[in-house]
Amino acid sequence: MSAVVCREVSKSFGGQRVLDGLELEVPEGSVVTVLGRSGSGKTTLLRLIAGFERPDAGAVEIGGEVVDSARRFVPPEKRRVGYVAQEGSLFPHLTVAQNVAFGLSRAERAGGRSEELLRMVGLEGLGKRYPHQLSGGQQQRVALARALAPQPRLVLLDEPFSSLDAGLRASLRSEVMVLLRAQRATTVFVTHDQEEALSVSDLVGVIDSGHIRQFGSPLSLYDRPVDPSVAQFLGEANILAGTAGQGSVETALGTLRLAGDIGALRGPVRALVRPEQISLRALGDGRAPPSGATGTVVHREFYGHDCVLLVGVAGFGHPLRARCPGRPPAQVGDPVAMVVRGEVVAWPAPVSEASRRAQ
Amino acid sequence: MTATALAGWWPGRRRRLPLVLAATSVIVVALLLAPLGLVLAQAGQSGWATVWSALDRPFVATLLWNTVRLALAVTVLAALVGTVTAWLTERTALPARRAWAVLLVLPVVLPDFVLAWTWSSIFPGIHGYWGAVLVMTLHLYPLVYLPMAAAFRMADPGQEEMARALGLSRLQAWRKVSVRQARSTLLGGSLLVCLALLAYYGAFEDLRYQTFTTAIFGELETQFDPGVASSLSLVLVALSVLVLGAEAGFRERGKLQRSGPMAERAQKPLPLGRAKVPALAAVASVAVPATGFPVFVVAYWMLAGGSSTLPAAVSLGSATAYTAVYSALGAALATVLALPVSLLAARHQRKWSGALERATFVTQAVPGIVVALALVYLASHFIGLVYQSPELLVFAYAVMFFPLGLVAMAASVARASPRLEEIGRSLGHGPMAVRLRVTLPLVAPGLVAAFCFVFLSGATELTATLLLVPTGAETLATQFWAYAEQGVAFGAAAPYAAMMMLLSAAPAYLVGRWFDRGYRSSRGTRPAFEVVA
Repeated sequence: MSAVVCREVSKSFGGQRVLDGLELEVPEGSVVTVLGRSGSGKTTLLRLIAGFERPDAGAVEIGGEVVDSARRFVPPEKRRVGYVAQEGSLFPHLTVAQNVAFGLSRAERAGGRSEELLRMVGLEGLGKRYPHQLSGGQQQRVALARALAPQPRLVLLDEPFSSLDAGLRASLRSEVMVLLRAQRATTVFVTHDQEEALSVSDLVGVIDSGHIRQFGSPLSLYDRPVDPSVAQFLGEANILAGTAGQGSVETALGTLRLAGDIGALRGPVRALVRPEQISLRALGDGRAPPSGATGTVVHREFYGHDCVLLVGVAGFGHPLRARCPGRPPAQVGDPVAMVVRGEVVAWPAPVSEASRRAQ
Repeated sequence: MTATALAGWWPGRRRRLPLVLAATSVIVVALLLAPLGLVLAQAGQSGWATVWSALDRPFVATLLWNTVRLALAVTVLAALVGTVTAWLTERTALPARRAWAVLLVLPVVLPDFVLAWTWSSIFPGIHGYWGAVLVMTLHLYPLVYLPMAAAFRMADPGQEEMARALGLSRLQAWRKVSVRQARSTLLGGSLLVCLALLAYYGAFEDLRYQTFTTAIFGELETQFDPGVASSLSLVLVALSVLVLGAEAGFRERGKLQRSGPMAERAQKPLPLGRAKVPALAAVASVAVPATGFPVFVVAYWMLAGGSSTLPAAVSLGSATAYTAVYSALGAALATVLALPVSLLAARHQRKWSGALERATFVTQAVPGIVVALALVYLASHFIGLVYQSPELLVFAYAVMFFPLGLVAMAASVARASPRLEEIGRSLGHGPMAVRLRVTLPLVAPGLVAAFCFVFLSGATELTATLLLVPTGAETLATQFWAYAEQGVAFGAAAPYAAMMMLLSAAPAYLVGRWFDRGYRSSRGTRPAFEVVA
């Protein structure tokens, strides 16, 4: 069964269309991430599911029950949805314990549920503090504990880690996700960070100009983006022009094998080569000249566990990115040879580009 | 058309404005603007020809000249005194600067007519133009001091550093960044000085200096000609609207911009070195005559008054009680009226809700005497009330000090964000429960601040009170005035002045703490809501 269903949901603010016939289905017990740039409507989507806003058109269902349609509206307090906002939104006049207990009944409060939740998020003993006495990371933990306290059937997370610094963000993120999975809580998480989206979710929906452009597992999205812009949004991408035919595509990096199901593609295309697909070797080490393309290293980014080399190739407007495991195989200024490993994805080139090249 | 396309027209789905809130606000604003309309109606009733003949006199030209030259001199001097003292207490290593800061804002709670009286009762030579310039400067400079001190305190050190990194010298950076940014604050404060000056009456009577307010009172007392009085009021209102318009213009331009989160590091106070003694002398030369001297004079007259204190003591208790009751009721009314307008302005950023809020500030430009006149007119023409009834006085306080209440509660109303209400709802509580458990506790400190602010202002109000106070229910201000005006019973007047200061001390302290905490909490040390709780 689906925990959340959005059907043709539209919403405008002051004439600006924020959601445009959006469709989304979140399976029970899964972690679904909605990934989009700022202004793509992802926060509005969460607010509609929580019942803080009403859509102009369309319907929202939670756990099989229609909570918002043209004829029916279930107010937020009757939806059993936990919401964690970007800035935490803790009640500043209440202590940590009072914040967590806000959604609990008297009996539940007496039963020590808030202590249990504080222990769960690792904030044992801080119940008497006020929100302003906590760090940003601690505040977000309290916000999560508060949202989970009344045992919601659905948890909505609105970029809850984006205000934290990079190190804390990654560690808190995995901690929270382990916790949510242990609770078997259906979770809808919105973010603009592709790494966050790919790493934590069962399913990812890419939202753009008010609707979901692509929906699927992180792996399928990364390997099979529906178009170049989704490809670039989901990670580093080299987009090469080429000509397809007989299951392969001719590009500046040689003849690349097309992924099986698009083998029938013909004519001018744009192909996606991820940086980690390019293997790179320094030239001039006495070995035989390689079969692949050659270029010159123009810049090096060292990340510790791996590195990225930017390689300028004659006839190419911008350098290609190649990710190499371990130590950099070449220095800036060195000539290098490149070979593409594995299959690639390609899309028919836009008509204007195709006709230009035909002349 | 499909059902889904039609759904947009389903009433529940349109974004609703809170009707009750909006309607209440409109009614409140209409009430507040009523006095202004009444003055116009009154002047119109006596005929525009009469108005014109009342104004087209050399006497009116003299009043205008008196008012303008006083406003110019006091505004410039108050700006100078306020800025220098603010800079000394906020940015330099002045010894005991916290204590000086408190002493320097105290004149705010000292009524203008008491200050003027303390000076003229000891030095009869202080009167006329220069007397008025001196006393008004000492009374009004805090209106510049307060915003300038805040501006100096909150100035982002990062901006001056950035200017220096761009190659400016220390002095150039200070001039081009800090001074330039403080300039609009200074202009805003100066215009407030101007606005307040136009409304005063008691101090000018003390100092025998003629302005529009004293002339309006004169008309009412000697000839009781409300037609002429309201014609003069029109000029006064026109002058005030002019000043307020200018003030609003500067406020728009002077918005404080901050590039990032507030810098945590405190600014290093400038060491004074050999300038320490002159700096101390400068601060003392303001604080002593503005605060120390009047307090001393009131105490002196109470002791030296001896036998003349005796008759006064009889009504001191009742006057205190009446003052407290009228001011408290006025404060409660102003607070209750301000809440819906404040909520609407903070939460529904629509053009007209902002306009509604700004409209209430127009009442600031209507001097107390005009409000009182309008209410007298209203009472006698429309509702058959005896015009010196407690209801009218309480309503007058609420109308006059409504903008203060609005300002005082703005910060906490903004804190009670609708986002927090939404979270409360998603945790399973209905709208009423959430309002009680989330919004009310967050707004409460602002309500207390607004109440204190209006109470304080009502307790020290003279002009409107003189006209509207119910017979036999004299307040501290009117009793003080009755004795002080006789010119001899200084000892009898002094206890009333002392009581007024005592009565306004507690709310003034609370208001002061509130603004201080508000500022500190924005630096992340403590939240403002703990203040009054």
